[in-house]
Amino acid sequence: MHDSSTAAVHGEAQSEPHGHNPALLHHFAEPQQQRDAASLGMWIFLATEVMFFGGLFCAYLIYRLKYFGDFGAASKTLALNLGATNTAVLICSSLTVVLAIYGAQRAKRALMLGSLVLTIILGFAFLGIKTVEYKEKFEKHHVPGASFQFENVPIPGHPDQYANARHAQIFFSLYFVMTGLHALHMIIGIGFFVWLLIAAWKGRFTPDYYTPLEMGGLYWHFVDIVWIYLFPLLYLIDRHP
Amino acid sequence: MSEHSTSEHSSSEHSSSLTTYVTIWLALLAGTALTVYASTVDLGRFNAAVALTIATCKALLVALFFMHIRGASEKLLKLVVLSTIFFLFILLALSMADYGTRLWS
Amino acid sequence: MATANNPQPERTNYLNASYGPWSWLTTTDHKRIALLYLLSITFFFFIGGFFALLIRLELLTPQGDLVQADTYNKLFTMHGMVMVFFFLIPVVPAVLGNFLIPIMIGAKDLAFPRINLLSWYLYVVGGILILHCMLTGGVDTGWTFYTPFSTAYTNTKIIEAGLAAFVAGFSSIFTGLNFIVTIHRMRAPGMTWSRMPLFVWAHYATSIIQILGTPVVAITIVLVAAERLFHLGIFDPKLGGDPLLFQHLFWFYSHPAVYIMILPSMGVISELIACFSRKRIFGYNFVALSSIAIAVLGFLVWAHHMFVAGISVYAALIFSFLTYFVGVPSAIKVFNWTATLYKGSIRYDAPMLYAFGFLGLFTIGGLTGLFLACLGINVHVTDTYFVVAHFHYIMVGGVLMGYLGGMHFWWPKISGRMYPEGWARLSALIIFIGFNLTFFPQFILGYVGMPRRYYQYPPEFQVLNVLSTAGSTVLGIGYLLPMLYFLWSMRYGKPAPDNPWNAAGLEWKTTSPPPTFNFDEEPVVTWEAYNYEEIDTEHKEEVPVAR
Repeated sequence: MHDSSTAAVHGEAQSEPHGHNPALLHHFAEPQQQRDAASLGMWIFLATEVMFFGGLFCAYLIYRLKYFGDFGAASKTLALNLGATNTAVLICSSLTVVLAIYGAQRAKRALMLGSLVLTIILGFAFLGIKTVEYKEKFEKHHVPGASFQFENVPIPGHPDQYANARHAQIFFSLYFVMTGLHALHMIIGIGFFVWLLIAAWKGRFTPDYYTPLEMGGLYWHFVDIVWIYLFPLLYLIDRHP
Repeated sequence: MSEHSTSEHSSSEHSSSLTTYVTIWLALLAGTALTVYASTVDLGRFNAAVALTIATCKALLVALFFMHIRGASEKLLKLVVLSTIFFLFILLALSMADYGTRLWS
Repeated sequence: MATANNPQPERTNYLNASYGPWSWLTTTDHKRIALLYLLSITFFFFIGGFFALLIRLELLTPQGDLVQADTYNKLFTMHGMVMVFFFLIPVVPAVLGNFLIPIMIGAKDLAFPRINLLSWYLYVVGGILILHCMLTGGVDTGWTFYTPFSTAYTNTKIIEAGLAAFVAGFSSIFTGLNFIVTIHRMRAPGMTWSRMPLFVWAHYATSIIQILGTPVVAITIVLVAAERLFHLGIFDPKLGGDPLLFQHLFWFYSHPAVYIMILPSMGVISELIACFSRKRIFGYNFVALSSIAIAVLGFLVWAHHMFVAGISVYAALIFSFLTYFVGVPSAIKVFNWTATLYKGSIRYDAPMLYAFGFLGLFTIGGLTGLFLACLGINVHVTDTYFVVAHFHYIMVGGVLMGYLGGMHFWWPKISGRMYPEGWARLSALIIFIGFNLTFFPQFILGYVGMPRRYYQYPPEFQVLNVLSTAGSTVLGIGYLLPMLYFLWSMRYGKPAPDNPWNAAGLEWKTTSPPPTFNFDEEPVVTWEAYNYEEIDTEHKEEVPVAR
């Protein structure tokens, strides 16, 4: 028991059978174990995020079924082109994320760094478009609160009926909470990727070690998947001409 | 052992080819266009089902190929994802057991 | 190997490896973090207990004469919030789980030691928030924060209290995440799933609940805060919102939360009963899988807290039906523990006294839960003291007994000292008597109609209330005693040998207290769990050293 395997367990650099990776933390026996732990940890964190957003989806589901017409009317006032563009922006950013990891895996530094930069730019683009949308909602008095107005908006498919402003306000409450929470996650994601960019610039990621990139990627893809569901649920309830 | 393990690992488990990535990307964009188009067509009650189906397909593509669940050798990650979806489904379904039946009596 | 007559000289262990507050506040050693939790959680236990004392004092007399009605609302709210979020949910996992899980599976630490430390800091931040909230007026909605009172009508500090619970919730989530990854990835060679102590299985199941349930209450708190701050109308009836939606989302977490509280304690009980019957737990597989079953089934029953709230009667039927199922795995555990006792070589050390207490009290609590699952009974006793008694039997009679039993059992390992056995047995007895005197009358009170959360009651209920308050005083003394003698033992207790109980488990194969990295050499496990027959055959000539 007093041989090199014990020394390996204690993380000493000396007589290890495999090369001592400086990123190996002391309580892990080998890099693969550390990688597997990080991966499982991030997936479980994403599971908590699914349940976190899930509560909002539950509220949304219940009210949409209850006030379908009013929700349809409210949804139709959202800027479809901006929402669709944002969806495309996020999809492109997911591609740049996998390209960054691809670059790290094959020691293609330019690809890795360029893709990280693009990801960050696309992230900011998303937030910028969101800001435009929010501003428009504010101007049209669709922000819930004392100044909320939703008069004389016909229910899609029933031009003779106007939507109930109180129920429309629930739609917009959910819209702002859901997209706002999503945007908050985007901001955190962008921050994380800025850090990844700096670390990548300093040469911290090699084909042997790019775990933070992978973990950041998983998080980013998750935020993309949330939007993939938010877009049709919020923007596309009823777009019949 | 050390020389082979990590790079083999990375290429087989955690990476697809560039072609795959670009294909998935194009599929995702196409799915977006499709779902926007489908929302303009009057399918009655099926509009929601179509939209959610397309969204789920897109989410699956991202999860399987971009997040590499497809290549994962261990069943554990798939179990984590499936369990989470299951419990989210429970939240939605059993809540609807209340809301869906309130007007019955 | 140390014995009672030949204690080891002072060697480097996790307690003396480094000194000074900074070494503790920046530690990543799971054992030190467990002790940090022990200090902060004990502090909040006494805060929550203080509120309980005020409640029981008020209820000595039928009139509301000690405090005003609004103040009384704040008392039971703060008692509930502090006890649920800052004591019951974290106590066994954060103190005993953190300390023991890596050692029990042969690892050097948890998978993410820095996240472990972050968990503790989140707990402290949440704790500071709730303290500040209490000191600046408190909250009066009940720990359940029901809307629309919490969103639209109360003037108390909902957002701050909600934020405290939110932050503490993330502490819980990260602990659960850490445990799951650790158990999957860090087991020593030979430590297969079926060789793991049932304590570890119990914490694994608990962690699943923490991961999946806590985020839902977190988002619910966000929605309540958003409604108060920005006048969003999600639960607001004036806007067509449904206050019951809050209850659905709240109880989706808060029911599984009670399994977060009880499962780790059940894990402790498995260890205690095995050791003090000198037998492998009967039906190991059943006990292990019943933990997972409780975790899964616990998510299916939440609306049994809402039977009279206005849900549809069909939903009530479904949830009542499902609630009966969730009692089954708990019953399986009780049967298996009992079967373990049968023909065991029973020892009545203090930890075992707590285990016996658990068996009886948890059974009563669990059975009364089944009474509540029955819609006909529920309609009569909801929101009465019957419910209060039910959950205190489980929370105090179950969780707290298990925790105290575990603290006594592992105290030699944690501190390197023996506690005084005589005082420990006396305290266990005092706690048992005090507990039953406090809470059994409450079953009767609820049955005859005394509502909960009221500060005044009809005079004919006074005798039972006086008995209950008397019991709570006895109970309080019972809780103070272990505090005192544990502290005493750290200075004056007998130095503990590595394995004072001759117990099975990897934690007993390392020193008391353990070194910082738990083992001098990585263990390789070649034996089954609870191999008491082997242990007792080896040690037949030795006098047990626990006395």
